[in-house]
Amino acid sequence: MDAKQGKKLDFSPILVPLLSILVALAFGGILIFIQGINPLSAYRVLFTTAFGSFDGVAITLAKATPLILSGLAVAICLRAGLFNIGAQGQLISGALASAWAGYTFVGLPALVHIPLALIFGAFFGALVALVAAVLKAYRGVHEVITTIMLNSIVIALSDYLTSNPFKEPDQPLTRTPKIQESARMPDLLGLPLGFFLAIGLSITLWWIMRNTTTGFSIETIGRNKNAGWYAGISVKKTIMLSMLIGGAVAGVAGAVETLSIIGRFEPAFNAGLGFDGITVALLGRANPLGVIPAAILIGGMRASGSTMQFEVGVAPELVDLLLALILFFVTAPLLAKFFKNRKENVAMTSGWSN
Amino acid sequence: MKLRTSHYLIIAFLAAFTYFYSKDGLVATSVLYTAIQFALPLALAAMVGVMCERTGVVNIGIEGTMLISAFTAFFAGAILKNTVQGMLVGVFTGAMMGLLLALMAVNWKMDQIIAGVIINILAAGITSFYYRQNYSIPSTLDPIDLPVIGAWPILGPVLSFHGPITYFGIFFILGLWFALYKTSWGLRSRAVGEHPSSADTAGVSVSRLRYLNVTAAGAVGGLAGSYLALEAVGIFERGFTAGKGFTALAIMIFGRWNPLGALAAALFFGLTQAVTNQLMIDEVVEIPPQFINMLPYILTIVVLAISAGKVRPPAAEGIPYEKEKS
Repeated sequence: MDAKQGKKLDFSPILVPLLSILVALAFGGILIFIQGINPLSAYRVLFTTAFGSFDGVAITLAKATPLILSGLAVAICLRAGLFNIGAQGQLISGALASAWAGYTFVGLPALVHIPLALIFGAFFGALVALVAAVLKAYRGVHEVITTIMLNSIVIALSDYLTSNPFKEPDQPLTRTPKIQESARMPDLLGLPLGFFLAIGLSITLWWIMRNTTTGFSIETIGRNKNAGWYAGISVKKTIMLSMLIGGAVAGVAGAVETLSIIGRFEPAFNAGLGFDGITVALLGRANPLGVIPAAILIGGMRASGSTMQFEVGVAPELVDLLLALILFFVTAPLLAKFFKNRKENVAMTSGWSN
Repeated sequence: MKLRTSHYLIIAFLAAFTYFYSKDGLVATSVLYTAIQFALPLALAAMVGVMCERTGVVNIGIEGTMLISAFTAFFAGAILKNTVQGMLVGVFTGAMMGLLLALMAVNWKMDQIIAGVIINILAAGITSFYYRQNYSIPSTLDPIDLPVIGAWPILGPVLSFHGPITYFGIFFILGLWFALYKTSWGLRSRAVGEHPSSADTAGVSVSRLRYLNVTAAGAVGGLAGSYLALEAVGIFERGFTAGKGFTALAIMIFGRWNPLGALAAALFFGLTQAVTNQLMIDEVVEIPPQFINMLPYILTIVVLAISAGKVRPPAAEGIPYEKEKS
């Protein structure tokens, strides 16, 4: 999975995703062409808007920030052989919790208020993941179903909370009050502070996975549960731990989006960030550092979708379609066949119970 | 479900029904009628799971299969101005999604969970990109007034006046049960799902049977999607299936991978929703609508938490079959 397997330089972890992106863009181009639009000019607008200017790059990186984090949330669980489709729900829970902490506490200095709101986000993200983690570790219920169900439950619950107890008073809109100025995450060097936080978390998790026994346990369980058990690793504890880390990171993703971009919680404003995390994680080969370029690419496409509609007239949902195609080609072993190391696929546990 | 438990449930259900029927007969029967309508798409979608998993292929792409089939069924019906032709297009789309899953799971030996997720994401991407407003189908599929049964006292209004997919679906589920346990196709399918190498030794082509069953299951998923778009509501919207494909998996597990068990489980889910709806309409209890929406999801998790460990999935489920090299 990593390049650390052999001394010889192995480019396939980079080449396969790159090639699958190109093939997906080619397929997407055909679909744009069928709509009677020149695909080259559509893509030109897409990429010059996202990466062509400093302002464009700043917007792209701001869009990429929650995607790095939600990609990390999925990637860490994939490492442990768990498929966390619940990043979306964990992210929304974190976003709502941080918004609540952001508008409720008054008079705190920013240095206290921002970390506090972030911790709220992490905690409530992890809380949602805890349900799936306990059911997986102690009852053997497959995490894919529980996390998807939890997504729907969290969406309904957050909708209820923002239209009743947490609602902004005297407003027709379903949303929470604005967060205090002291909770607002500032920019740094023209880039959102959250971006640096996301990069920092990626590097930290990459280091943990590589150099600590915790990371080793997660990797071992992910490769072979029985081997891990024989080696004296507690499978239950490791499942719990990796799901909780995933949930907390997804919660931070929601919190960063709330505290630096949206400034409050509004249902549907975070839609899709968690699901894009799945694409980011698989495109980044479930590597904590690999998610960074994957998230920047997808962030760029998300950032320029509406400009593309404005200038060439392609619906911004094209980006959804392109992402689905990228995901398809990056996971299909079709492309990997061209390279020597075929055992590229992230190994996961299948079946509904262990 | 143990036999005991199901007996208690039936007695409790009959007692409750008698009570409500004595209070207001019309409401009591209409709740049961609605329960069948809620249950049918879940039951059909659960059959997709049963058919795939009994031959050893995990299908979590049921949601996407239903979504994209509902989409093509609706727009084909609207463009061709013919609801029945729309339904056929929906079923065909479902079969294509099944074929895609078979390709990924059987040929490419991909991780089946990832393969299913890809189907879901592809379906969401395609349906949201190509979605157009201001389309409508000429009419929903006409409900059928059953000749004799329709006149029966209590059961008549419950069983009669459903749409054609509902009646076909119920017969299909009964037929699937028969085929799975009483025919050689069923025996082979189950053998492939439990112990593919023995089935292979006995001369059954594992890949071919998996291809066939997963594709056929996709067509059933297409029928479930068509039901939602053409029979139940007559519209299509983005994200239209709202997690029913996942609830169906819980129903399949609750029904122990048995078509009749899954049908019973789906009826239980449908009844819970119908009763809650009625309670809301009657304003007996004041429940925020968001909690009503949450109910099937919570029920799914609870059911899985209870039944996990007590039920046993097909043994070869989720494992790509590799022929042993001699």
